[in-house]
Amino acid sequence: MTAASVMTPLAARVARVDKETHDTFTLAMESGNGVDLPRFRPGQFSMLYLFGAGELPISISGDPEKPGELVYTVRSVGQVTYALVTRKPGDSVGVRGPFGTQWPLASARGRDILIVAGGIGLAPLRPAIYHILRQRGDYGRLVLLYGARGPRDLLYKKELSAWSYLPDTQVLTTVDYGGVNWRGHVGVVTTLFRFIRLQPGQTTAFICGPELMMRYVVRELETRGMPAGHIHLSMERNMKCAVGFCGHCQMGPHFICKDGPIFPYPEMRPWLDRYEL
Amino acid sequence: METQTLVGTLAKHPFLVGMLPHHVDRLASMAFEVKFKQDEFIFREGDESGFFYLLLSGKVALEVQAPARTFRIQVVGEGEELGWSSLLSPARKCFQARCLEPVIALAFDGVRLRGACDADSEFGYCLMKNVLGVVAERLQATRLQLLDVFKPVGSKMI
Repeated sequence: MTAASVMTPLAARVARVDKETHDTFTLAMESGNGVDLPRFRPGQFSMLYLFGAGELPISISGDPEKPGELVYTVRSVGQVTYALVTRKPGDSVGVRGPFGTQWPLASARGRDILIVAGGIGLAPLRPAIYHILRQRGDYGRLVLLYGARGPRDLLYKKELSAWSYLPDTQVLTTVDYGGVNWRGHVGVVTTLFRFIRLQPGQTTAFICGPELMMRYVVRELETRGMPAGHIHLSMERNMKCAVGFCGHCQMGPHFICKDGPIFPYPEMRPWLDRYEL
Repeated sequence: METQTLVGTLAKHPFLVGMLPHHVDRLASMAFEVKFKQDEFIFREGDESGFFYLLLSGKVALEVQAPARTFRIQVVGEGEELGWSSLLSPARKCFQARCLEPVIALAFDGVRLRGACDADSEFGYCLMKNVLGVVAERLQATRLQLLDVFKPVGSKMI
């Protein structure tokens, strides 16, 4: 790829928009000019460009085995994300990428998989879940622990329910604040650990969520004897160029966009609780 | 539940990890099985802290009532504990406990439990050490909850 090609967006068109929660939408993109959209690997992200509004890094949340379509789950929190989630089918969006590293699904073969997600952090993990479910025989038990702020913030509710009925699969959700109509668990995501059977030596953990949540989850895993090398995190920083030119997303020696966003925990450990980094 | 079954059930409960067999026997001698229906209240805010429970099955929501609103602040379930304030000197419940599902638990009279702790300080130390573990875990979880980590980036601190 040349510098020009990585910086030039491909023309994509919004194929459909699904409302996930009160502020979060899933957009499926298809080719806008007959040029196939690129394939991606679970955990990667794209830069989505809205003409006249700006550009944003957004994780790909769709099925990696479904060519011709790129799916993004976007939470409306600012001007550009608002502009993105209010696109209508047929509208144009510029797409650069996919960029970044992937969840280590190949090296996790034969092992149990523990996925811990918080809030919108479930989005970059969904492609990995699709892959594991498609290649079910290649992996051991699949455990998904998912926390959100409240019941109305939970993503992919129908899929979570469907996955929870699959054999060798445990799906536990929790919310920080629950109303009286919520019959599920209330408490931070780490409080779910006591409901799972974890074999630390045989498990690979994929974690994505707010950095503070990930720190506490890692502590919980280490307390339970999980080797640090089997813990993988998806990091988030202010990514602008997506190819390591601008340095906005630098974290210690790492460029999150180019060297990440997925990192083995030992590489992130020195930088995670560093003040003002 | 018969004594032998009680001892077996208690020994497997996560709360009793690290307790000596004779401590488990002592607890078993004070335990009795209780059942609650879905939506039944085990206790309400302001009630005297009478019983300590080890949950065997089902889920219980801890809630606080506010004018026109109920805050559900935590849900505890199988393998967890409920009503640790009954182990302190006479206290009142700060929350209400509502069963989200049918619940089976082992109950311990707080006064009797405190008496046993006073009479046998080794037993009392072990029991209180485990209770402190529960309290610390819940305090940590509450602190993390207060950080409100899922709040949208850029929103104002409250």
